This record gives sequence, structure tokens and C-alpha cells, in this order.
Amino acid sequence: MTNPLQALGRRALEVLRGLGHNAYFFGDLLRNLPAALRRPYLVIAQVHAIGNLSLLIIMASGLAVGFVLALQSYYALVTYGASESLGLLVNLSLVRELGPVVTALLFAGRAGTSLTAEIGLMKAGEQLAAMEMMAIDPKSRVLAPRFMGGIIAMPVLAVLFSAVGILGAYVVAVQLIGVDAGNFWSIMQNGVDVWRDVGNGIIKSFVFGVICTFVAVYQGYEAQATPEGVAHATTRTVVISSLSVLATDFVLTALMFTH
Amino acid sequence: MTFGYDASRTILNDVSLSFRRGKVTAILGGSGCGKTTLLRLIGGVHAVRQGSVRFDGEVVDARDKEQLFRLRRRLGMLFQFGALFTDLSVYENVAFPLREHTDLDDTMIRDIVLMKLNAVGLRGAAQLRISEISGGMARRVALARAIALDPELIMYDEPFAGLDPISMAVAANLIRTLNDTTGATSLIVSHDVQECFSICDYAYLLSSQGRVVAHGRPEELNASDDPEVRQFIRGEPDGPVRFHYPARPLAEELGVKA
Repeated sequence: MTNPLQALGRRALEVLRGLGHNAYFFGDLLRNLPAALRRPYLVIAQVHAIGNLSLLIIMASGLAVGFVLALQSYYALVTYGASESLGLLVNLSLVRELGPVVTALLFAGRAGTSLTAEIGLMKAGEQLAAMEMMAIDPKSRVLAPRFMGGIIAMPVLAVLFSAVGILGAYVVAVQLIGVDAGNFWSIMQNGVDVWRDVGNGIIKSFVFGVICTFVAVYQGYEAQATPEGVAHATTRTVVISSLSVLATDFVLTALMFTH
Repeated sequence: MTFGYDASRTILNDVSLSFRRGKVTAILGGSGCGKTTLLRLIGGVHAVRQGSVRFDGEVVDARDKEQLFRLRRRLGMLFQFGALFTDLSVYENVAFPLREHTDLDDTMIRDIVLMKLNAVGLRGAAQLRISEISGGMARRVALARAIALDPELIMYDEPFAGLDPISMAVAANLIRTLNDTTGATSLIVSHDVQECFSICDYAYLLSSQGRVVAHGRPEELNASDDPEVRQFIRGEPDGPVRFHYPARPLAEELGVKA
């Protein structure tokens, strides 16, 4: 009877210790952000690197999601004679949910893994240790600019995803199916609120940017300095980021869009 | 001082070493005896369990980040495989500490970087990428980076490991020359006895239990009668340091009766 209790207690302590370490690391990273901002060229280089890494997959996915969303929504709406609402449905789906969430999931898989592997390999190659011995804090020089770069890149990528998705939906709905173009755009214009819908979508993607980039840099920095250690850290980045994004999305949606 | 990464295992056991200013001191010992750990303790990467580490009279406190960074600006370290930044060129690697710690303009940085690269014979390789240089060259670039800020103490972690005979001789010669020309104190961690003895002024020999077995000038250690010192210096496969890892008798393990 004692052993399962002990095991449970040990596991609970491990989880608490892990959460505490994460929180401490996050605070440390935030403390180093001003130093990173004082050297904007480091942050700009990271926005460029992270943004570029994910741009192609984000645009392609946005287009594909736009195509499918328009097609599926049209066949569902036309049954009820509501096909004129297609533009609004597509837009709200993209800017409120699909844009931020799918972008974050793709970001975790593409840029997040790349960040983790890069930092993990720097650790394995003793580059981070060399920096520390040069009296340079790797959190300030390596992690903070990447963290900042990810936070800036994510909302931009999410906006691009939604924009390309809407264009994709336009192509399918207007050009292929024959929905009236004026109707497609005007109902969108009337039904979408810049602050409530687009603004909240951007806030969501900002939060997801913080989550995904933090998980990526944390896993890279804490990775065991071996090939297996870096591989496991990369996998953990995708799993933890994805689950965290989905859970946070539910909470944010409940807070933002519940009447 | 005494140190272990966890309570169950002691890496360095009640050792006392001192390194004289302006001299080249070698720390010799087999793999896993705590040589590299010793360098990390001097750099304040870990805190000692008992005792203290002093740098120029000041106790190194691994928890005092401000003090550590101040002390580390006075020392340079050459890592075993160079630890060069693979996303930067040879030139930018050497310029890195200068850009981070000084307000020098680009012209001044260029002059210093080229002088340091010239000192290690790699001025012509300044624009190469790290992936384009050999292991021996990487070690020399790392050396140029380690001396970029003219440190008072230079620590070399296995500077001869994995090098061909020519590169090894070049590295040894560089360490001695740089020490003599800059007046810095050099600390070499290695298991390459002959190469170290050819350039060092003093040497410590550590045992696999993390104790100091012997210390003295190279000629004194060469003349030592201590079986462990003799085994290590001559590279004998068996002796006080056993060839076999502790195990049950072979006959017992195989279930064979004599």
C-alpha cells in the first residue's frame, strides 16, 4: 500500500519540480529579453530565419485549407439555402480558429523542431559551454533572440495563413463553384469585426507564439548532449507544443467568444 | 577540494593543486579521472562539494554569476573539439568575444582578429566556414578565439586529442610560444604524456580515483619510482591501474571448475 503511494508522491514531486523549473526558466528568459532587444539585428535575423523556414509550408497549407473549407462548407450550406453565408463562415473559421491553431501546429513541427535541434546541437558541440566560459550568457545571446523572433513571426505567419486561406476559398467558391463574388466579399465585410474576430485571432497566435517558441528553446537547452538526447528533445517539442496549443486554444476561445 | 556530480560518486577526492603564474602546467591522468571537471571547477561551471577554488586569490563562487562572468573575462578556454560556432566563419569566431565584450570599431577588431589568426598560422583561412577546415585547424582557430581578449589564464582541454603528428607538434609549439610571448599562465589537461612533458614546466598526475598521485617537473616524474607513475608514463597495459574492470573470477562466471 505504501509503494503505490510513494510512487504517486514521487511522480507528483517530479511534475511540480518540472513545472517550477519551467517557470524559473521562463522568468530567466523574460529577464534576458531587454538585452536581446538592445541588439535588434539578432532578433531580426531570427524573425527572418524562423519566418522563412515556415513560410512555404504555411502558405501551402493555408491555400489547401481554404480550398477544402470552401468546398465542404458550400455543400453543407447549400442544403439549407444558405450558400451566400459561405464567405463569412470561411473567414470566421480561419481568423478565429484555423489560422492561429493550424499555423501554431505547423510552426511547432517546422520551426520549433529546427530551433530545438539547433540549440541542442550547440549544446552537444559545447558551443553553449564555450559561450559561458567567455562570460557570455547563452540565454541572452542565443535563446532570447530566438524566443523573441518566434513571438514576432507567429502572428505574421497566422495572418498570412488566413489571408491565403481566404483567397483559396475565393478561388473554389467564386471561380469554380460560381458563388457570387460581391456576395462572398460583402457578407465577409459586414460580418467580421476587426477587433473581436481578427484582433482576437492575432492575440491567440501571439500566445501560441510564446508557447511554441518557449517549448522549443527550453527543450533544446535542456536536451541531453547526445544524438539520442537531441532526437528526444525534438520529439518532445512537437508533442508538448501541439498539446499545449490545443488546450490553450480551448481556454482562449471560451474567454474570447463566449457571450 | 572535493567534488562529485552527485552525492553517490566522488570525481575529485581531496585534491590540492596550485598553478604558478606565467608557467605551463599539465594535468595528466587517464580518461574519466576528473581532469576536464577540474577545468570546469576553475571556470566556476560547478560548485565544489568541499574546499575552495581560488583564482588570483579570489574564491570562485559558482553561484555568484556576476563574479563568475568578471573572472571568466580574465581566462580563455580551448575546448577538446574546439567548440567553434558552426554558423560563423573563422574570422567571426575569433571576433566573437571582441564584439561581445568591447566597444572596438570594426577596423580595430579586424586588426586584432588577423593578428590572432596570424599567431596560429591561419590568417589566410579567415574567410573559410567552420565546415571547411580540418580538426587541427579548428583547434587552432579555437586557440585564436581563446586568446582574443589576452587572457591571464589559458586552459587547454585535451589539445592534442585526435590530431595527426604534425598538427600535434604545431599545437604543442603554439601553446608554449603563446605562453612565453603573452606572459599568460597555461593549464593543459591531457593524457598525452610525451607531448605535455615536452612543453610543460610542471605536471600533476591524477589517479582514476580522483586523487593526485604525483606532481613535479617532467624530469622528476620521468625518474619516479612510483609504480602508478611509471605505468602511466610508460603506457603499460597492466599494473596498479588494472586492465580488467572489477568482476567475478572468469571460471566462476563461465561455470567451469578447475
